[in-house]
Amino acid sequence: MTRIGVITFPGSLDDRDAQRAVRLAGATPVALWHGEHDLRGVDAIVLPGGFSYGDYLRCGAIASLSPIMAEVIDAAAKGMPVLGICNGFQMLTEAHLLEGGLIRNDHGSFICRDQKLRVENTSTAWTNGFVAGREITIPLKNGEGGFIASAETIARLEGEGRVVFRYVDVNPNGSLNDIAGISNVRGNVVGLMPHPEHATEEGFGPDTALAMRNGTDGLTVFTSAIAALVSA
Amino acid sequence: MPVIVVEVMPKPELLDPQGKAVAGALHRLGKSGIAGVRIGKRFEVTVDEVTDAVLAEITRLADDMFSNSVIEDVVSIVVEPSPTRA
Repeated sequence: MTRIGVITFPGSLDDRDAQRAVRLAGATPVALWHGEHDLRGVDAIVLPGGFSYGDYLRCGAIASLSPIMAEVIDAAAKGMPVLGICNGFQMLTEAHLLEGGLIRNDHGSFICRDQKLRVENTSTAWTNGFVAGREITIPLKNGEGGFIASAETIARLEGEGRVVFRYVDVNPNGSLNDIAGISNVRGNVVGLMPHPEHATEEGFGPDTALAMRNGTDGLTVFTSAIAALVSA
Repeated sequence: MPVIVVEVMPKPELLDPQGKAVAGALHRLGKSGIAGVRIGKRFEVTVDEVTDAVLAEITRLADDMFSNSVIEDVVSIVVEPSPTRA
């Protein structure tokens, strides 16, 4: 069975939610620890949300220097699927696995809402199960989720189709071009601010038109990675 | 022991929501004549001694760790004069 590692850093909050999402998607979650140089033979990696090191220095900056990140960077270079959610996305930019950076929301407030997104790129390891242009709703909760990059970087991301998720209806944090998530060139590394792991089981997700809290739009992110690994 | 002071600021072209919030508070307090506020970071790095090699290392750290060049600039690196004994 596919084994997907979830790395816990000091201050990670959504590591167990990510493990649960991996299990619901049909893979085996493997708990990994930031302070070790050991990926325990996993097939894919999730960097979970939270507030590693209390967001000191910059969000994700200190975690990006953790011992295990050396192994993550090596594995990513070899094509292993790596997903960064929220604080994990911030770590991926700080580790230079993804371009750009995340800054404090333009309106200055922490925001928590069920957020509509459009899946713009369905060729990545984490989105291959979506239909292109599909609109999904998953929770978003951040204080520093404003995606920024130089004009050249934005143009390159857009031109190469590496904007994977884009905010729809509401831009919740001032992200340039409504960018919610991006990928690396190869498409194995994806980072996004909203939380797919919180929309993976009926009864525990966002509200839908059908019923309260039964949105499971995030599950496809995890089943996509399993499919990418099986077909690889 | 000598201290090397590194100052980091958000890039000028980027919105600085922290500074904007403080500027908004000043405005609400009725303080006039203040056009804007930007907030950055100051690192005081205590070192055993200041040599060219140490300065080069701190300069490297300022670029690679203390700041993120995507969103911030290192605006100054200054060696503080050693405090003199009273």
